Amino acid sequence: MMSSKQNEQPVPEKPAATMHGEQLSTTEMEHRMKLLREDSELQKLHKQFVIGGVLTESEFWATRKSLLDDDAQRTSKQQAGFKSAMLADVRPSTDGRTNKVTFSLTPEIIHQIFAEKPAVHWAFLNFVPSKMTEKDFWTKYCRAEYLHRTKNSVVAAAEAAEDEELAVFLKNDDILANEARRKIRRVDPTLDMEADLGDDYIHLPDHGILRDGSKETVDAENDIARRTLSQDLNRHAAVVLEGRALDVELGDTRTVAEALARSKQAESSAETSDEKTNQERLKRVSRMTEIEDLQAPHSLPYAPLCIKDPREYFDSQQANALKALGDTDARIKPIDCSLSTEEAYIYLMEQISEVKVRGLNNPVVQPEAALKVLNGLNQYLSSTKYHLGKNPQESVLDRLPNRTKDELMHHWTSIQELLRHFWSSYPITTTYLYNKVLRLKDAMTQIYHKLQETKESVQSDFRHQVSRLVQPMLQALDAAFAHYDTEQQKQYNKGVSKPNGFVQ
Amino acid sequence: MAFQDTQKRGIGPGLDSNSHSRKENRLTPRLTPLPLPLPQSFLRLSPAMNSAPSKLYSDDVSLVVVLLDTNPFFWAAGAGGGNTSPHHPAATLPFAKFLNHVIPFLNSVLLLNQLNQVVLIATGVNSCGYIYDSAGGGSHGGNVPAVCSEILRRLEEFVAKDRRLGKGPDRVVVGGVSSLLSGSLSLALCYIQRVFRSGALHPQPRILCLQASPDGPEQYVAVMNAIFSAQRSMVPIDSCVIGVQHSAFLQQASYITGGVYLKPQQLDGLFQYLAAVFATDLQSRNFLQLPKPAGVDFRASCFCHKKTIDMGYVCSVCLSIFCKHHKKCSTCGSEFNQSPPDASATSDRKRKVSEV
Repeated sequence: MMSSKQNEQPVPEKPAATMHGEQLSTTEMEHRMKLLREDSELQKLHKQFVIGGVLTESEFWATRKSLLDDDAQRTSKQQAGFKSAMLADVRPSTDGRTNKVTFSLTPEIIHQIFAEKPAVHWAFLNFVPSKMTEKDFWTKYCRAEYLHRTKNSVVAAAEAAEDEELAVFLKNDDILANEARRKIRRVDPTLDMEADLGDDYIHLPDHGILRDGSKETVDAENDIARRTLSQDLNRHAAVVLEGRALDVELGDTRTVAEALARSKQAESSAETSDEKTNQERLKRVSRMTEIEDLQAPHSLPYAPLCIKDPREYFDSQQANALKALGDTDARIKPIDCSLSTEEAYIYLMEQISEVKVRGLNNPVVQPEAALKVLNGLNQYLSSTKYHLGKNPQESVLDRLPNRTKDELMHHWTSIQELLRHFWSSYPITTTYLYNKVLRLKDAMTQIYHKLQETKESVQSDFRHQVSRLVQPMLQALDAAFAHYDTEQQKQYNKGVSKPNGFVQ
Repeated sequence: MAFQDTQKRGIGPGLDSNSHSRKENRLTPRLTPLPLPLPQSFLRLSPAMNSAPSKLYSDDVSLVVVLLDTNPFFWAAGAGGGNTSPHHPAATLPFAKFLNHVIPFLNSVLLLNQLNQVVLIATGVNSCGYIYDSAGGGSHGGNVPAVCSEILRRLEEFVAKDRRLGKGPDRVVVGGVSSLLSGSLSLALCYIQRVFRSGALHPQPRILCLQASPDGPEQYVAVMNAIFSAQRSMVPIDSCVIGVQHSAFLQQASYITGGVYLKPQQLDGLFQYLAAVFATDLQSRNFLQLPKPAGVDFRASCFCHKKTIDMGYVCSVCLSIFCKHHKKCSTCGSEFNQSPPDASATSDRKRKVSEV
């Protein structure tokens, strides 16, 4: 099937040829090797073509970009979030004898403290190491925590008066308050916060505790914050849900603090300025409040689709399908006669009455006819069984011996790969493509021969099926060869050698 | 009498068959030439798709829904009204004789197993209707429901109603009138759905289509929808074609749902065909050899010349197929802005198009 070969020597490439030198990083290489390891078919193809010199690495992977990209995304690990237990609520261990209280702070706890209490974070950044050492800082912090827990506001006030750094820990967290105010301002006014009966859980029986404000006294004298458990819990929950903003190794407290500060700054600068947010909110509000009936219809410009009556198409399909099925009863030509509707119905009714009157036949079917039918069926079955197998859904492939099947499938995937590269190289504009096509053509010739061999080596039982299976492959290869030859012929007929050095 | 184990019936789809088809999807492509996206026979959507997943049947109780074609034009054509060929099927097998084969077949299905059920649906030209349901209880109060007389009575009523509904012309060409196959398929599938929802213990349903009329191309989409839903519910559609020509719809239906398609050669032995091939229950079909046609042609034909092709051009707007390059799509009128290719690049372009 291969036409005569013409002058085809690989043209020596000019130095300016387009051979991309690829600098692959080691991760890329590893990635590719991993892909090859995992998929044995890919590996076989790779071995056959890249190592066999038919395709280069870059060409091989050029069509598989999606595989490479996919994998790159998988390597990012998930970050572990904050623990939902309140670590920042450290419980000291008390030593009854010496009246000492010991707090233990791990880097994890410190990280959480910084995240939950921005005042402490700010204090740390400013005081350490300029005003006090880290150890002192934490000692003061723990003292403050202890005072909070004892809820002894007088002592707390006294100590705060003495030690101004301690006072920082005992005051209300202003930074937090500011943040909260900012967030409130940014709430979307179009959010529907209407509550209905379903949201009211306080008035359900046995549920909730009514807050009786009369019992609370505001200590106006001191500026000491009264932290309640619910405030702590809420703050902790909010921080946990926000997630871990940093990906830093928890080691040195200072680096953690700085990194946290940086990320907070980045966050706040990423938010649009107030004015812009206001604009957006106003736009959204106007959109939500507009009454659709009073607006002009928003019709997008589009081109209407008009499709012809599909009946015509299906009509012809019918004719085709019947032709394809072949008329086994060629003698029954569909001689169309015309009947009157009334007559037809009358006839049908008559037939039904006839059955009513005469009843059913006895015997239902004549024995000779039945015998003929059975014989016919049996013959038909035994003739088709051989060709088609028992199961209509069973494919020819499954019945071949495994080795042949694998060979054929491998040939098919290689042919597909080669053809993909072959057809994408046309039209040939550079010497690089020309050489590539030559290499591909050689490989295709080899596979062609291999296919012929496979066809011949198969047992005679399956020879017919195998040749039917192999036929589309051969056809595809033939089409490629034919195209190549016509291209060669055209180049040859153009006579003069081309500027990029094609051989005449 | 040995009763079936009624505990396990109606077992769901076998897990093996599902995993088998999934495995096939992942492993290897089928050996087909680069296929076109075929719009009208969607059966080739994924080349590695199995046509019908097989269920595990635990017993042989069956529910057979028989769709009986009562197209009066077909049946009357054999009566010698007009110049019909003596080989017309309705001449060898007039409707009365046809009923003589079908009714004993229904009886024999009921005899095969005490729990079997039979439903008869008539396919008319203007309407379809339920004729008989063996689970409906005897209407005459006797011990054995009088199947035959009830069927005949209801058939008569149905034909009369069908005739009343008819608004067509007074004279028609026989070859052009088709019965409402899609309607009766839908009726059958609805009944079967109800059976499915009646609980875990139900007989295994299948549909038997006794088709005499030619395929009506205007019903194409409806019939294909019915076929796909039958495939989805794993209800095999058997076809016994008594008409003049083969039926492409039913071939595809039987192929994709895992049923049996047969066009009997000898019509006076119809009962034997029905009893030997179509009375087999689904569990027994696993180890019985049943006739199947040589192959189903799923190829499309081009819109311009109506010839079957397997490689061509497809309009991206309406998916109509052409065998050679056109400037404008004839179905939807969209213009293609591709420059007409010269001869050398034609095969190249064809390749690119069909590789989509």
